[in-house]
Amino acid sequence: MTRALGIVAGAAMILLFAALMIVVMPSVQLQSASQPPEGLKPYSPLAAEGRQVYISLGCVYCHSQQPRDPSLGPDYERGWGRPSVPGDYAYDSPHLLGTMRTGPDLLNIAVRQPSQDWQLTHLYNPRSVMAWSIMPAYPFLFEHRDEALPDDVVVQLPPDYAPDTGVIVAKADAIALVQYLLELDRTYPVDAIPTAAVDTAGD
Amino acid sequence: MTTAIAFLLAATFLISVGGLALLIWALANDQFTLGERAASTIFGPDEIGQVEDPATPTAALAEMQRERGELEEASAQQTTVFEARAEADKSSGWPVRWWLASSLVWLVVGSIFGVIASLKLHMPDWLIEDAAMTFGRLRPAHLNVVAYGWASMAGVGVGIWMIPRLFRTELVGGHFAVAGAAIWNIGVAVGTLALLAGFSDGMEWLEFPWPVDIALVTGGALAGVPLVLSLLARRVQHLYVSAWYLLAALIWFPMLFVTGNLPSLFGGVEQSMLNWWYAHNVLGLWLTPLGLAAAYYFIPKIVGSPIYSYGLSLIGFWALALFYSQVGLHHLIGGPVPTWAVTISIVHSVMMVVPVIAVSLNHHMTVANHWRLLLYSPTLRFVTAGAMMYTMASVQGSLESLRAVNAVTHFTHYTVAHAHLGVYGFYSFVMFGAIYFILPRLTGHEWPSPRAIGAHFWLVFLGFIIYFWPLTIGGWLQGLAMLDPARPFMESVTLTEPYLIARSVGGTLMTIGHLIFAGHAWFALYGVGPLREDPALFRSRIAHGPATT
Repeated sequence: MTRALGIVAGAAMILLFAALMIVVMPSVQLQSASQPPEGLKPYSPLAAEGRQVYISLGCVYCHSQQPRDPSLGPDYERGWGRPSVPGDYAYDSPHLLGTMRTGPDLLNIAVRQPSQDWQLTHLYNPRSVMAWSIMPAYPFLFEHRDEALPDDVVVQLPPDYAPDTGVIVAKADAIALVQYLLELDRTYPVDAIPTAAVDTAGD
Repeated sequence: MTTAIAFLLAATFLISVGGLALLIWALANDQFTLGERAASTIFGPDEIGQVEDPATPTAALAEMQRERGELEEASAQQTTVFEARAEADKSSGWPVRWWLASSLVWLVVGSIFGVIASLKLHMPDWLIEDAAMTFGRLRPAHLNVVAYGWASMAGVGVGIWMIPRLFRTELVGGHFAVAGAAIWNIGVAVGTLALLAGFSDGMEWLEFPWPVDIALVTGGALAGVPLVLSLLARRVQHLYVSAWYLLAALIWFPMLFVTGNLPSLFGGVEQSMLNWWYAHNVLGLWLTPLGLAAAYYFIPKIVGSPIYSYGLSLIGFWALALFYSQVGLHHLIGGPVPTWAVTISIVHSVMMVVPVIAVSLNHHMTVANHWRLLLYSPTLRFVTAGAMMYTMASVQGSLESLRAVNAVTHFTHYTVAHAHLGVYGFYSFVMFGAIYFILPRLTGHEWPSPRAIGAHFWLVFLGFIIYFWPLTIGGWLQGLAMLDPARPFMESVTLTEPYLIARSVGGTLMTIGHLIFAGHAWFALYGVGPLREDPALFRSRIAHGPATT
């Protein structure tokens, strides 16, 4: 080929075309579908803060937030919830759909583990509640105190993980993060679960 | 919905027919000069048949030439070509030094992040006191450092070095690229510290905060200036295939990077589509063209024979552009996005077989005719291994996008292994080879230690095998366990442990290889190695010293 301009223009056109096909067109189609469903509430201010902690600590690299259709895996049977729909993410920016399940899907974690105590203990050291877990411990989200102050949230720990003296209390980031997890609940009913995903799966 | 599909099908059909018509017009009007003559533009007169690898010690190079077949004496015409080429190399020397030396630093930093992150998956209570050292921060730090620090900087450096040779001119405006390297480095450094400190944009491949994005856009634009200026000053009629890839990458990357980082363009599910359109295109339309541009230049250059079929390279290029640009949504198979859009991506992923076969045939057939040269040339060994892993990674990628396969592999370590086969096995191996070729041309000195080159090759090659296969197998088993409702989720976690340990072992070997490579290159840049007898060839008796001094 002899024309540099032809190559550059052709290459640019092709990329624009691709963006039109797989980003713009589906987004146009989704405009109505991604309106928040009736059952979905916006995150509380504390949960929104917690969502930033979730992003900052990179939870997304091991946890997806997209239960799939039964034809693609037993997500529902595992208690991870119904297949998610676009509207479920109406308040999510940046999106946190994730691409790994080194740990379980978290879109409905609030339903499975609704206890703040459990969440805090688990964050302090996951192996204190599940010996097989390979999730990192997050001791830097907590503080060791000789005695709990009136407003402190004390973490319940089994003897092996508890400090010899004093107590472990949650820092603000831990409280916010747990609040976010406690608001991850997309089990409200939705009108249309995209059945198209079912038809073509597994072919 | 049905209307939308009908519209898309009609649009696709019309565009295909239009594209075909354009192709026929172009062929009829000789817009493509194909064939042996065009493929030979990277050679001087009478140069075909002559092996070249500055990374091979002079004595071994003589051996290598005997293997390839003896040549008659160099003509006077040839001498002029070599002198021009030495001038070309001299003109690109400083920008290339900057981009390549920086890339080596990032290679080492990124590998160390990678190894620590890998160890943490089977040693979860190690290094937990500091938030900066948590897995969720080291992993994006690893990815961004190797993608934007190592891979991009190496690719730009190799690209800048090829430009004057491809256009038969001196590099025009090289100082822009030097400034670009400085700004790009600051961007990657600040971005990495920001990620470790917890400031992340939250989307994979797009984690760097916005001030860093601006630095990368500025640095990248400055690096693009010499490409454009040299293009305008070119003294070749035909643009060689490597130049097509470089030109396309030059326009693709800024389009992708700017669009991907535009704030609040989308939220929710729409954003996930933009995210993966971007992320896969960074691989397909930025790193892949840079890697292929290098492979298309170095393979024929080293074996002294034009590329196997120049017509195929044309198909490979345009098919890559058409198909690779639309594969991104296979990262969202089964996700809450329109199925038809995902299907488009799957179809294009499978269609990628077309450019891959075209490119692979070209590379492998060119080497196959002279495979014994692999024994002599370190560059050829790296680039050929890289080209083979390109074929493997691409075919694997096409298969992986099929729904039946994807259901198993989607959320597992299998995908991680696949990503490394592409970016490491293919791209990084090609860049290693290219740097072995280029550095002696920059400094006029041979590599100080052929043994260190061998150690680097075997450490990263065996290390990568130990990395790739266990992770692939472990990931597959993990996927099967997750698909079986009778097995608790716990099993999918615990069964991966031995495979994750193997990955750490492989990754450590690779990192040791990188340390040897970077240290060796450091000495080479300081001119520690023996002086090269002449810039281009051992056999010609040209009386004009090394390429650069």
